[in-house]
Amino acid sequence: MQIRSRRYSPDKRRIRNSVYCLFVCLPAPWNLIHGVFLLLVVLNKHRFWFVALTAIIALVVWQAVAWIWRLPAFILPTPFQVAARFWQALMDGSLIRHLLITLIEVLAGLTAGVGFATLTGYWLAKSRPAERLLSPYLVASQALPMVAIAPLLIIWFGSGLVSKILICTLTVFFPILINTIVGVRAVPESLRELVRSLHATPAQTLRYLEVPAALPVFLGGLRVGATLSVIGAVVGEFVGSDRGLGFLINVGRGQYDTALVFATILTLIALALSLYYSVVLLEKLTLRWNRNYSSQSRS
Amino acid sequence: MEPILLCRHVTHTFPDGNGGLQALNDLSFDVCPQEFVCVLGPSGCGKTTLLRLLAGLLSPTGGQVLFQGQPASAARTGFVFQSANLMPWRTVLQNILLPLELAGGVDDTGRREAAALIELVGLSGFEQAWPADLSGGMAQRVAIARALIHDPDILLLDEPFGALDALTRDRMGSELLRIWQAQRKTVVMVTHSISEAVLLADRVLVLTPRPGTLAVDQKIALPRPRVEEMRYSADFGRLAREIKGAISSLPFS
Repeated sequence: MQIRSRRYSPDKRRIRNSVYCLFVCLPAPWNLIHGVFLLLVVLNKHRFWFVALTAIIALVVWQAVAWIWRLPAFILPTPFQVAARFWQALMDGSLIRHLLITLIEVLAGLTAGVGFATLTGYWLAKSRPAERLLSPYLVASQALPMVAIAPLLIIWFGSGLVSKILICTLTVFFPILINTIVGVRAVPESLRELVRSLHATPAQTLRYLEVPAALPVFLGGLRVGATLSVIGAVVGEFVGSDRGLGFLINVGRGQYDTALVFATILTLIALALSLYYSVVLLEKLTLRWNRNYSSQSRS
Repeated sequence: MEPILLCRHVTHTFPDGNGGLQALNDLSFDVCPQEFVCVLGPSGCGKTTLLRLLAGLLSPTGGQVLFQGQPASAARTGFVFQSANLMPWRTVLQNILLPLELAGGVDDTGRREAAALIELVGLSGFEQAWPADLSGGMAQRVAIARALIHDPDILLLDEPFGALDALTRDRMGSELLRIWQAQRKTVVMVTHSISEAVLLADRVLVLTPRPGTLAVDQKIALPRPRVEEMRYSADFGRLAREIKGAISSLPFS
């Protein structure tokens, strides 16, 4: 320490101190940004408490708004009324019944959509002419809002499960398709040469190289697709159906049972969250090799 | 000895929409079994193209590359690339076992072989490590072990230490020498380093600038087994100077 400080002349030290003062005292925005950053680091360490605390604050504000303006329950039910309605719907079985219907639609639509999108995506990634021919149609199909096509699908396929599964499939198709194409195209050419120099068959190239190499991007698409599939199912149920969570929202709205609408929305959020985190779990399990996904810290 | 690998008037032209870019022109040489051949030449002279032709990854646009009378793609090759080129989703051990898996499956013999190779390249204890956690030199040693696991007919090395720093590079050179003296393979290695070539090779081929053709075919008559200290011997210096002179006298492309 002593030896080091001797190397600074008094002049240099003064300059250093003034720079230090300038840095710490003058630029308030910088301090603010730094403070926010530190806050985020601390919050991340106590993530559970952060979520719990913000949720409680939101509930208190909600209750206060309903109370202060004396809003009737059909405009804004209080958290307690929603909780009571939720419990009632849970106990009489209606919530579970409609949830199961939506879950079936979502899972079937997701499976079909992922299946078709992966196969098409792999084909388009491999064949430039096919991609060039088909991509205008695929993009055009995305430019149309699903609510606009949903009535047609219900006219053609009835108001049962099939039309909802179809809408779900179509909603999920595009993000998975794009991510499959991007993932397969991003397989490093050097690794392709490696398996080629080892005389790998096309099936082996798929299994040992393309699937694992494209998996991170593909699963990113699946995250988006999983949440979109819930939207797809609810849109379908809104347009025409006699069961499912979307139908339940419609019922609640029609009967001015706003608490039921809130309870159903909460159920939908739970459904979307559990689908999303299932994919995240899948990523954690399959992408342990990738630093961005592995939970354990490494040197 | 009967040559194992024959290059006969090999010419290769890449299409570029402007009459083609000729990388190699009328290149002829052959390689005997267990011979260590180094290919030297200015950058862009088609050394990597030559290695790709030998591996059967490319077919020559003219001439022939024959491995034991067969087209080159029939040979079982071990290829070491400029970068380690490991699969990041496979552990060190899984990366080394890949050629066996692709060739039909891993049995106990294969596992023992892999363990022996990991020992040979000095990576014991790192079997379950991910490539992302390895240093450049360690990753390149995994690549060498992977190239040897399926007992290839010929080992092709494309500037295997080019991406490493000078100190690691010298060490890897002597490591490779040790590995090669333990498992005598037919080797063709592309390099930029004259001293690396003289230390390792039985023969040094010097290519001309593009289109590459054979300029010098120099036998390295240093005794074997070779050791690191030979870098400082008079014979070594003389050979290195001769090759340096041959390269300096080449015209710029």
